[in-house]
Amino acid sequence: MREDWLRNDRLPHIYCAGCGNGTIMNCVLEAVDKAGYERDNTVFLSGIGCSSRAPGYIETDSLHTTHGRALAFATGVKMAKPSLNVVVFTGDGDIAAIGGNHFIHACRRNIDLTVVCMNNHIYGMTGGQGSPTTPIGKTSTTTPYGAVEVPFDLVDLAVAAGANYVARWTSYHVTQLTEAVLNGLNTPGFSLIEVRCQCPTSYGRRNKFREPKDYMDFLRSHAVLKEKWERTAKPGEELPAESFLVGEFVRRARPVMGVADET
Amino acid sequence: MQGNIASAEGALAAGCNFFAGYPITPSTEIAEHMAARLPKRKGACFIQMEDEIASMAAIIGAAWTGARAMTATSGPGFSLMMENIGYAVMSETPCVIVNVQRGGPSTGQPTMAAQGDMMQVRFGSHGDYSIIALCPSSVQECFDLTAKAFNLADQFRTPVFLMADEVIGHMRERIDLPDEVMVIRPRPLPEGVLPFTPVDNGVPGFASFGTGRRIPVTGLTHNEQGYPDTTNPARHESLVRRLVSKIEDARHEIADFQVVNEDAAFIFVCYGAPVRTVQEVVDRRRVPDTGYLKLRIVWPFPEKLLQRFTNVRAFIVPEMNLGMISREIERHVQVPVIPIGKIGGELHTPEELIEAVHFAGGDA
Repeated sequence: MREDWLRNDRLPHIYCAGCGNGTIMNCVLEAVDKAGYERDNTVFLSGIGCSSRAPGYIETDSLHTTHGRALAFATGVKMAKPSLNVVVFTGDGDIAAIGGNHFIHACRRNIDLTVVCMNNHIYGMTGGQGSPTTPIGKTSTTTPYGAVEVPFDLVDLAVAAGANYVARWTSYHVTQLTEAVLNGLNTPGFSLIEVRCQCPTSYGRRNKFREPKDYMDFLRSHAVLKEKWERTAKPGEELPAESFLVGEFVRRARPVMGVADET
Repeated sequence: MQGNIASAEGALAAGCNFFAGYPITPSTEIAEHMAARLPKRKGACFIQMEDEIASMAAIIGAAWTGARAMTATSGPGFSLMMENIGYAVMSETPCVIVNVQRGGPSTGQPTMAAQGDMMQVRFGSHGDYSIIALCPSSVQECFDLTAKAFNLADQFRTPVFLMADEVIGHMRERIDLPDEVMVIRPRPLPEGVLPFTPVDNGVPGFASFGTGRRIPVTGLTHNEQGYPDTTNPARHESLVRRLVSKIEDARHEIADFQVVNEDAAFIFVCYGAPVRTVQEVVDRRRVPDTGYLKLRIVWPFPEKLLQRFTNVRAFIVPEMNLGMISREIERHVQVPVIPIGKIGGELHTPEELIEAVHFAGGDA
């Protein structure tokens, strides 16, 4: 754990036992440290939800903002002072539901931010309601007979909207995740790293992943490496049920905003 | 110069270096003018956001980097801003919001004047709080009061509102541009003092992001360190009472007004566009024994001003709404208060005001 980045006087944190968010925070702080960021030139932002409590535990300037709006606040911070490094923690409800519009526009502007989305497929903070990433058939308190809406693919969304760097990993793939966050930090423009993660309390309990390890096993066994899939899949072949691609989806150099002037 | 352009120029004179906005009639000229002017200033930024929610969010983010940040809108956009206005109040973020009021509710009358947002500006976001709202009644005041709004925002660490209206925003008048305007920045956060410890009349010092103070900012109820503390009733009460009292306690100190014919029996209380009709009636003595109190700062409401009218028989309150500030006046006085609410977008006529004086018992 990158203890030097943490507000130790704020611990213990509010995350439930077995939550994936702590693992993701640790990977992000590892990457931030590797990128050479310093505590006094780095700002963490977040919206509302479990993911969004993360900046409060990190000893830098931080803005814990309103639900879904973190990217709009981050746009203000970065455009007003491009010399600051800006990292945003968000969740699936925060970025894909209430903050969907800010998400696609931040991607389109390609503002120089790194966004880490802790996607646990559920509203954890409010006790387990369905989100725009709850898979079809999965139960939550607002989808008691199984979700019927088609979920968003956050990676496709970010790529289509114009982000310069987009990757997906899970709370199981800590080495790859840390590497992806580091790549995101080092890529000028908008970077999205989607991290699928376990929520044993609100999601796992209702979907036969009662133990944290149950969902970690699922993440490991259902994550398909994008490069490998592209190499081995037959034309037109669909991913197996419930499987998903992980890896780097885009790394490009579209025009960006909010990059510090070197002069 | 046009009122909206004067607001933009007043902001620029005060050192505004960040503007985020979204096009909306009748305020758009402000964004257009900032879009032309700000990119020519070193380190300044204009950005057109995806909606007014984002505009409000962006200026708060910018303000925390130390920028003098502003947005401008009208009713429908103002409604969208309410969420993050509450955040600015709770996080004590200095910023300026211009609302060029038009007829509502909903899309209403985009090109017509109104003052229907005077209660929304005071109470529109959820929870208990106070804000500062200024009302210009001339193009000169659009310039002067916008510049002043930045100083009040920094001084009190609060969102400050310029509540203009379509008439004043689109009116063209000759104005005097000062060589420079007074600039008051926030008190710096003293070394060793926590970021939300009040240091002066309930207002904490300010340190911007990137200056080494590592400030955790949240919309949750928080302690003086900025850490969330949401279930302690005493903590919440002391924080919210301070947010309210830092502004309400200063209401007479910051009161900005003009009094004419203090000894008259019939006193108009007015702000914004209706001031112009009142001036026509009183200054030109169209009806005897009348005077007026013109408010440049409407919120916090400086109720003690009403006590100076010792001969008053009635307060007459012309507003371009169905009676908002008239009720605030009623709460504080013993004499009759006669609201003249007018909606639809047109100014009061002098005859309507004269008729009200007659109704109140004044001589023809």
